[in-house]
Amino acid sequence: MRLEPCLRKRRVTFSMASTEVAPGTGTGNHATEDMVVNNFSIKVATVNGSGSQSANAILMRTVFLMGVPVSGKNLFPSNIAGLPTWFTIRVSKDGYVARKHDSEILVSMNPESATEDVTNLKPGAVVVYDEPLKLDTLRADVSFFAIPFDKLVAPVAPEPKLRKLLRNMIYVGVLGYLLQLEQAELETAISKQFYGKKRATEINVAAARAGYEYAAANFQPVRFKVERMNENAGKIIIDGNAAGALGALFGGVTFVSWYPITPSSSLIEDLIDLLKEHRREADGTPTYAVVQAEDELAAIGMVLGASWAGARAMTATAGPGISLMGEFAGLGYYAEIPAVVWNVQRVGPSTGLPTRTQQADLLSTAFLSHGDAKHPMLLPASMKECFEFGYTVFDVAERLQTPVFVLSDLDLGMNNWVSEPFDYPEVKLDRGKVLSKEDLDRLGSFARYKDVDGDGIGWRTLPGTKHPNAAWFARGSGHNERAQYSERPEDYVNNMDRLNRKWETARDVVPAPVLERTTPGAKIGIIAFGSSHWATVESVDELAKKGTAVDYLRLRAYPFNKVVAEFIATHDRVYVVEQNRDAQMLQLLKMDVDAAEVVKLRSVLHYDGHPLEAETITNSIAQQEAK
Amino acid sequence: MATTPTAPTPKTNRIGLQVMDYRGSKSTLCAGCGHNAISERIIDAFYEMGIEPETVAKLSGIGCSSKSPAYFLSRSHSFNSVHGRMPAIATGAAVANHKMISIGVSGDGDTASIGMGQFVHLMRRNLPMIYIIEDNGVYGLTKGQFSATADLGSKLKSGLANELPAIDTCALAIELGATFVARSFSGDKKQLSALLKAAIVHKGTVLLDVISPCVTFNDHEGSTKSYKFMKDHEEPLHDINFVPVFDEIDVEYEPGSGVDVTLHDGSRMHLSKLEEDYDPTSRIGALTRLAQAREKEEVLTGLFYLNSSAPSFTDLLGLGDTALVHQPESVTRPGKAVLDAIMEEYR
Repeated sequence: MRLEPCLRKRRVTFSMASTEVAPGTGTGNHATEDMVVNNFSIKVATVNGSGSQSANAILMRTVFLMGVPVSGKNLFPSNIAGLPTWFTIRVSKDGYVARKHDSEILVSMNPESATEDVTNLKPGAVVVYDEPLKLDTLRADVSFFAIPFDKLVAPVAPEPKLRKLLRNMIYVGVLGYLLQLEQAELETAISKQFYGKKRATEINVAAARAGYEYAAANFQPVRFKVERMNENAGKIIIDGNAAGALGALFGGVTFVSWYPITPSSSLIEDLIDLLKEHRREADGTPTYAVVQAEDELAAIGMVLGASWAGARAMTATAGPGISLMGEFAGLGYYAEIPAVVWNVQRVGPSTGLPTRTQQADLLSTAFLSHGDAKHPMLLPASMKECFEFGYTVFDVAERLQTPVFVLSDLDLGMNNWVSEPFDYPEVKLDRGKVLSKEDLDRLGSFARYKDVDGDGIGWRTLPGTKHPNAAWFARGSGHNERAQYSERPEDYVNNMDRLNRKWETARDVVPAPVLERTTPGAKIGIIAFGSSHWATVESVDELAKKGTAVDYLRLRAYPFNKVVAEFIATHDRVYVVEQNRDAQMLQLLKMDVDAAEVVKLRSVLHYDGHPLEAETITNSIAQQEAK
Repeated sequence: MATTPTAPTPKTNRIGLQVMDYRGSKSTLCAGCGHNAISERIIDAFYEMGIEPETVAKLSGIGCSSKSPAYFLSRSHSFNSVHGRMPAIATGAAVANHKMISIGVSGDGDTASIGMGQFVHLMRRNLPMIYIIEDNGVYGLTKGQFSATADLGSKLKSGLANELPAIDTCALAIELGATFVARSFSGDKKQLSALLKAAIVHKGTVLLDVISPCVTFNDHEGSTKSYKFMKDHEEPLHDINFVPVFDEIDVEYEPGSGVDVTLHDGSRMHLSKLEEDYDPTSRIGALTRLAQAREKEEVLTGLFYLNSSAPSFTDLLGLGDTALVHQPESVTRPGKAVLDAIMEEYR
């Protein structure tokens, strides 16, 4: 397949400006120093619940509107208000969107984290801070810009309760001046953020202007600069949960049940809004239903009930919810009922790090059940894939008549990403093998679990089909081809072997892997998937600069198709990049490839809860290659 | 159990089907099991009401009771799900196709222990379905452990007495919002048939707790869910007659001889008073009477509570005349212009 367009356009050569420059001061003139244009990161440190989300989104959108590749990541705690939170914005003329370890610009609004945040900066960085924090004594090799936020916000916001929120717009204005953002685009971004709310737009514009004017009166622009490019024409900014919800809408989802859990909740909440608007008849009658279930057991049960009845049905959850869905997932597998489940992965139990990202539910999802069961998983890496897999997953589930899981993660699901706009689905819905009354009139009868087509997939009928021979009895694995109760060993084995034939069919029904990068003669392969993709492509370039030639294959689904085995067979060593401790994808690969190939597989693991960085991959591969 | 005693038993019902069209496969439950009698009453009720079997969805959880959908209405689709989770399957199915009649069969373990969480939420939603608990106070399939509906002091075969109070599923259902709540006895053919026929036309959650003795594990001396105990302790609230709306011969009851209640389609139930003042439309009255029965250690049967005006879950969802499963692709997948407009919002 193909790369995301923003990467395709990216230049292969590098001209990274050095960040190792002499320290400056808040009032210094940086015109003589090396300018760093469109290649730096901003870190905004605030207190959770202080309302900085809008300000950060506006900052990111302003860069976007200036046509410069940009990405944003919210690193937030499991807390309503009070704990430290950071938002990072990466500006990258080369189109890199993975998290970068170091930030060149720090906005320090949180007394609790301020000292550590400043200490961690590389020399030459810029610190915009709340004046009373008196951070400028901490070190001499970074530039400090003290801003009297309270003084500046008072005239803009007469109501004290608004001041807490508008303080954030002041730093947006200050950065607007220091980084030379185009003011017209900044104000467009504000209007967009507060679309239709005139008063909110006005006071936010006023706050940004107050910050800008204060900075203009007291400072010079810094050496980090955003300069207009033309990389974002026609593009959108969206998060993966919103993209997934849109995918479901255009996949014809008709029944949704769910139980709220971070980080999946906004996928369903966005979907509810979309359904309300686009799935009602002229008189307001809904052509869909959403049920907030009592728990995840009920959520998946309702999906199976609705799917069995013939509706396109889905739920969304995260790891702990997946655990609860285990028994029903097994039943869905054995009774062969389609179901669509989004697993927006995050760290561990509810008392783990529920607001931190991970790719650590691969094994628990792939084999979620009792007995011999296994489930297809789709692995989106981009906003476009969150959308596309959001609708094709229904085709896959109905074609294969089995629960299918979409494994997104918090990084994809809850962060804002720049994307090409989504294309309208080209092919009609694939409802799979369903016999109608007319089919039965012609056939006389049918055997629900008989492999008449040789692909392991039987034909089903839907409840309500008005033919005396339409009905079949859905139950677990204790049945014969006619769905009649059976405990005969040969019936059980026949059925299990047919399910395996279906699994073989699934290999070519799920999205195929993508050979993202090839280097002639490369002996080293990299396999990655999902949100790890963005750090991986950056790492491939870093490795190339170091003289290490690699090929990169991106997995888009489980089970793997034959391309994966071929990729491993044609390389000496294959690094599997994933965001978990136990090398879960590598374990899945081990089960699939020839025993002789297993020794080629090596791991690059990252599991601290923060999005993966290119540096992590590059360093790990360089170290392992040096051995 | 015909409501028109003078009419001869018809060979076919009003839609031209014979009773054999409503039968299922041969029961694998123990001979004499109360559950088999309930299956027979279900067959009769759907036959006599002239319901197309293809319009019925059968749901169940796990246990002896949950096997029974295989033993009636073989022309209806059925889903034998997982232990205690029939309500979730039923909710998805009934919402996806609200034009079908859903009948769920559960047991006392499946409902009142492992399935309690889903049971209470189903009652609370007033999902349109018939929820039958085949209640024997014991886990049969795992060979005779107490369930949560076993009465305080009731004894197992081994002599072990139950030390915990029973959960009254009927009182709970009334409290939570079910709109047709009754208790019957698998051996009471007439009462159970009348209740089942009325349940078929009710639009909301029907909770029918049917005491169904377990001949293998709970039919001995000391059990409070044995045939003998039920014969000695059953206290029917009323004699029930059900008059379907299509019945040509409308039975007129003497004024003052009982309470007449009208169901959704105009059918009527006539409750001949055994007790003065019992009003099945009073929630508080029903709960009070159930509490009194418990104190007196009697097994009260009959229609405890009926509310024909409360909106069902599918009413609350605002579902229209077309079942969700029958919405065409032109409706379920919005057009390209919708996507283009949404993309513009994200620019």
